[in-house]
Amino acid sequence: MTTVPILTGRRLPRWSTPVVAAAAILVGLVLQFGGISPLGLAPALFAAIGFIVARSTWSWILEGRRHATDRLMGSLVVGALLLALVPLVWILITVAIRGYSVMNTEFITGTMRNIGPRVEGGGIGHAFVGTLQQVGIAALISLPIGIMTAIQLVEYGRGKTLSRWISFFVDVMTGVPSIVAGLFIYTAVILTFGFSQSGFAAGLALTILMIPVVVRSTEEMLRIVPNSLREGALALGIPKWRVITFVVLPTAISGIITGAMLAIARVAGETAPLLLTTFLAQDVNFNAFDGSQTALPTFIWDQISRGTAPAIDRAWGGAYALILFVLVLYAAARVIAAVFAPARE
Amino acid sequence: MSKRIDLVDLDIFYGDFLAVEQVTLTVNPRSVTAFIGPSGCGKSSVLRSINRMHELVPGAYVTGEVLLDNEDVYGVDVDPVLVRRTIGMVFQRPNPFPTMSIYDNVVAGLRLSKRRRRSKDLDDVVERSLRSANLWAEVKDRVDRPGAGLSGGQQQRLCIARAIAIEPEVLLMDEPCSALDPISTLAIEDLIHELKDTYTIVIVTHNMQQAARVSSTTAFFNVNAVGEPGRLIEIGETSQIFSNPRVKQTEDYVSGRFG
Ligand SMILES: Nc1ncnc2c1ncn2[C@@H]1O[C@H](COP(=O)(O)OP(=O)(O)OP(=O)(O)O)[C@@H](O)[C@H]1O
Ligand SMILES: [Mg+2]
Repeated sequence: MTTVPILTGRRLPRWSTPVVAAAAILVGLVLQFGGISPLGLAPALFAAIGFIVARSTWSWILEGRRHATDRLMGSLVVGALLLALVPLVWILITVAIRGYSVMNTEFITGTMRNIGPRVEGGGIGHAFVGTLQQVGIAALISLPIGIMTAIQLVEYGRGKTLSRWISFFVDVMTGVPSIVAGLFIYTAVILTFGFSQSGFAAGLALTILMIPVVVRSTEEMLRIVPNSLREGALALGIPKWRVITFVVLPTAISGIITGAMLAIARVAGETAPLLLTTFLAQDVNFNAFDGSQTALPTFIWDQISRGTAPAIDRAWGGAYALILFVLVLYAAARVIAAVFAPARE
Repeated sequence: MSKRIDLVDLDIFYGDFLAVEQVTLTVNPRSVTAFIGPSGCGKSSVLRSINRMHELVPGAYVTGEVLLDNEDVYGVDVDPVLVRRTIGMVFQRPNPFPTMSIYDNVVAGLRLSKRRRRSKDLDDVVERSLRSANLWAEVKDRVDRPGAGLSGGQQQRLCIARAIAIEPEVLLMDEPCSALDPISTLAIEDLIHELKDTYTIVIVTHNMQQAARVSSTTAFFNVNAVGEPGRLIEIGETSQIFSNPRVKQTEDYVSGRFG
C-alpha cells in the first residue's frame, strides 16, 4: 500500500537563492560595464528588482501563491534593511579609512598650539580632555536627576497629576533643539551671572539634552520590572524605599546602565551647544570652570572651517576618534550590563 | 505567636467600584481557614485587605474593621509596614527576587527591614526557615545559587520560607498551589499542616478537595453578577460546609452544581 504524502509540497531547491542572485548581479554588471552609457546606481537597482521578481515568480509557479508572497515580503524586508545600512556602513568605512591615515601618537596626545591651518601635525589631546570633562560634568549632573525623576514617575507618581506634568515636560525637553539648549545656558548662566565661557557651561547645556534621554530610558527599564516583585517585597514588611533600592533597581540596573551609556554617547557628539557655551581653544585647558575648551565635535567643526588639506585631514582624524570613543562607550555598556544582569541558571 | 483575625463589616473598594460588601468573619489562631468561591467573588481582595496590600492599587481603599487580636489594622497610627511584618503573604505565582541567591531570598525580609542580625544568626534563620518550608534537603548544598534557578514548586516553597523567616503571626496564601504539579502541591499541603501549629493560616483555593484536606474552617464567597459586589455567603467548620451546608448557594457550589 502506498500513501500519498499530504504534508509536503514542492519547494524551490536550496541553490535557487544564490543562483538567482548571481544571475541578477551578472545582469547588473553587464549593464554597468557593457552598457552604452554610465548609468549610476541604476544597474544595482535593476539587479535588486530583477532578483526579487525572478525569485518570486519562480516560487509562484513551483510552490504556489502563499510561498511566493512569503518570499516577496521577505526580500523586501531584507532589502529595506540593506538600504538602511548602506549610509551607516559608508560613513563608518570612509571615516575609518581617512581618519586612520592621520592617527598616530602625536595626533592623539598633541594639541593645536602654534599649528596653523596649512601645517601638518597637531593633535586632538586638548579636544579629548574637553570632551571627557564636559561629558563627565553632564553625566554627573544628569544621571542622578534623570534616574531619580524616573523613579518618581514609575514608583511614586503613577496616575498622579504631578507626574503627568513632569512627564509632559520631559517630552518637551526631548524636543528641544540642541542649539537652543546652548543658547539658554549662554543667556541664563553666562550673560546673566557674568561667568566666562567654560567647559562647565558646556556641560550644563549637555545636561539639558541628556536628562530627558536618561529619564525615558530609565523609566522604560523600571516599568518592565514585574509588579509581583514589588508586591513580594512589600508583603515582607520591607519599607518602600528599600524595596526600590534593593529589589527594583538591582533588577533593572543593567538596562539603566545601558541607557545611561547611550545617553552619554548621544551628547558626546553635540556641537552647536558647545560653540555658544565654551567655543574653542587651540591649547589644552584642564580647568573646566574657567576659559574656553575645545571638544571633539567642535574640533572637527573648527578644522573643517579652515578648509586647507592638512586641516581637513585632521577633521577626519577627529571624527574617527569620536566614533571610537562612542564605540568604546557602547562596548562598556554591554559589558557592564552583562555583569549586572540578574543571575540566571 | 499566632493571633486571631476579625473582619467587621468590611467593604472593599477599587476607586468607585465596590468589589466586596459587608464581610464579617473570624479567623481562629493556630488553624487553617480556607476561602472558596467562584472567580471574581473577591477572595483575593479580602485576603489583601487583611495585610494592607489592597491599598497598593491606586485608588483602592476599604471601610470597616480588620482586627488583629482586637488591634485595628487600619487604625490611625498604624504603620502598614509593621502590619505586613506581622501578617505574611504567599502569592499565586512564585516570585523569588531574581537578583538574589536562595540564601538572600530567605533573609531579604530581615536584612532589608534593617533589623540587623549577626551573620551567624542569619545562617540559623535560613536553615530553620528552609527546613520549615520542606526545602532544606533539596537546596542545602546550593543556597548561594540564584533563587530563580529552582523549579516552580521549589520556588513557591522558597517564597514560603521567605515569608516565615520574618516570623509573622499570620500567613496569608493566595492560591499557593495553582501553578504547581500534584506532587509539589502535596508537599505544600503537608507543609501547611505543620505550619498551622505555629501560625494562623488563611488560604484561598479553587480546589475543593484541597480546602477539605487542609482547612478546619471554610468560608464560601459568591457574587451574583459581574459588576456586583462579592459577599460572604457562609462560614463554618469545613466538614459542615462540605457535607451539610446551611445555604443553597454553598451546596450548589461545593457539589459542583453551579451556575
Ligand atoms: N486591581 C483591580 N482594580 C480594579 N478592580 C479589581 C482589581 N482587582 C480585582 N478587582 C475586581 O474586584 C473583584 C474581586 O476580584 P478578586 O481578584 O478579589 O477575585 P477573586 O475571588 O480572587 O477571583 P479569582 O478566583 O479569579 O482570583 C472583581 O470584580 C475584580 O474585577
Ligand atoms: Mg484571586
